[in-house]
Amino acid sequence: MNFGLIFDALLVLPSGIGLTLTLTVLSLTAGFLLSVPLAFARAFGRPSLSFTVLAYTYAFRGTPMLVQLFLLYYGLSQIEAVRASIFWVILRDPFWCALFTFSLNSAAHTTEILCRGLQSVPKGVVEAARALGLKRLQIARLVTFPIAFRISLPAYGNEIVGMIKGSSLASTVTLLEITGMARQMVSATFAPYEIFIVAGAIYLALTSTAVKATQILEQRLSTDGTPKQRRKARLRPALPDHEITTPVP
Amino acid sequence: MGGFAAQFTVAFLVTVSLALVSGFLGTAFGLLLAISKGTPAARFKGVVTTYTTVVRGVPELLIILLIYFGGTTFASKIAGRYVEVNAFTAGVIALTVVFSGYATEIFRGAIAAVPAGQTEAAKSLGLSTLQRWLFVVGPQMLRLALPAYGNLWISLFKDTALVSVVGLTDIMRVAYVGAGSLRAPLTFYLAASAFYLFLTTITLLSIRLAERRYPAFGR
Repeated sequence: MNFGLIFDALLVLPSGIGLTLTLTVLSLTAGFLLSVPLAFARAFGRPSLSFTVLAYTYAFRGTPMLVQLFLLYYGLSQIEAVRASIFWVILRDPFWCALFTFSLNSAAHTTEILCRGLQSVPKGVVEAARALGLKRLQIARLVTFPIAFRISLPAYGNEIVGMIKGSSLASTVTLLEITGMARQMVSATFAPYEIFIVAGAIYLALTSTAVKATQILEQRLSTDGTPKQRRKARLRPALPDHEITTPVP
Repeated sequence: MGGFAAQFTVAFLVTVSLALVSGFLGTAFGLLLAISKGTPAARFKGVVTTYTTVVRGVPELLIILLIYFGGTTFASKIAGRYVEVNAFTAGVIALTVVFSGYATEIFRGAIAAVPAGQTEAAKSLGLSTLQRWLFVVGPQMLRLALPAYGNLWISLFKDTALVSVVGLTDIMRVAYVGAGSLRAPLTFYLAASAFYLFLTTITLLSIRLAERRYPAFGR
């Protein structure tokens, strides 16, 4: 172990965090926005529509993300129409290719996660909403989706962690995020241990933060707390200097 | 494309054997770690938790790179001359580490889900520790773990593609070489996708069959 190199790595590698987080956050956002309509189509759409969405998610979840990335980055250049189109400016750039691949991949995973959440929303809740005279879009927006999101949150947390880790694949298409910078440093210094371990520690910090944040969000959104949480809520006064005697739901 | 058919066949076998070897090794280690974590006098509890947390929080690609390049440096230092750890060995070690990290957590969860009354009943019947694991906790735990364990195998098949980054001639590598030499990346990567999709489909189907054949007790 060379502690000087570890120190060097600690100084150099954090500059890759920006790109890693940019790729992760943007692709998670794009993936989520894309997956909400897809999940509704997959859960409640006509059989043909649901099957089409399934074909998309199945293909993207069944193949390695590395293949998808290479297919987009190297493969699309084979089609003459793509090279001639205005999209070529975007598609020849590794950053946009990586972002595009990660978004499509994340959308496929998120669609299945949300779909399972949507399917486990109790029927009675939707019927109650309909009885109250809510329109279909209102039911989806105000009733089904919030409940489904709460149910899917633990699984979505895994998807967030998966995306942080998956963004390391961007290093294979020359992008210099954390893994890319680490590989570059290793090829210059021939000291794989020190540098990769520092890179691993940075990723561990990022993923642990994401896990913690999801857990906090889960606690915030949960309505049916455990007895312990309910006891806590009962002990905490609703307003300052205002004791409550009845249990708070 | 014709000459690549033979190469793809070999590469397919490389991918499958890499996945099978690391999957079975990973399962064995995962079971051992989960059982050691579940016993009351768990001395290694903290160590095992740290291991699974680290393995599950670090990219698979980074683990593969660390073991391939780090392994070469380590082996060279021990042997006193340049020794290269081959990509297959490095891949097996790295994927075993990843697989066992996840498998430990899955098995631990499944062990915890087996009602405590089962162990107590087995104890009161006078079964030894080994007998308890083999005949009472083991079968129930494995059935509970099956769905999550199946997903793990699917991710394992997908993760094998990452070992191509360190030069293993698996499906992904052959596609990369073929795409470069014949200037037909789209064709080759689509072929590679088809191979991986085939492998994950087979895995998915066998897991579904196993789930139907061995459903969790009491459900």
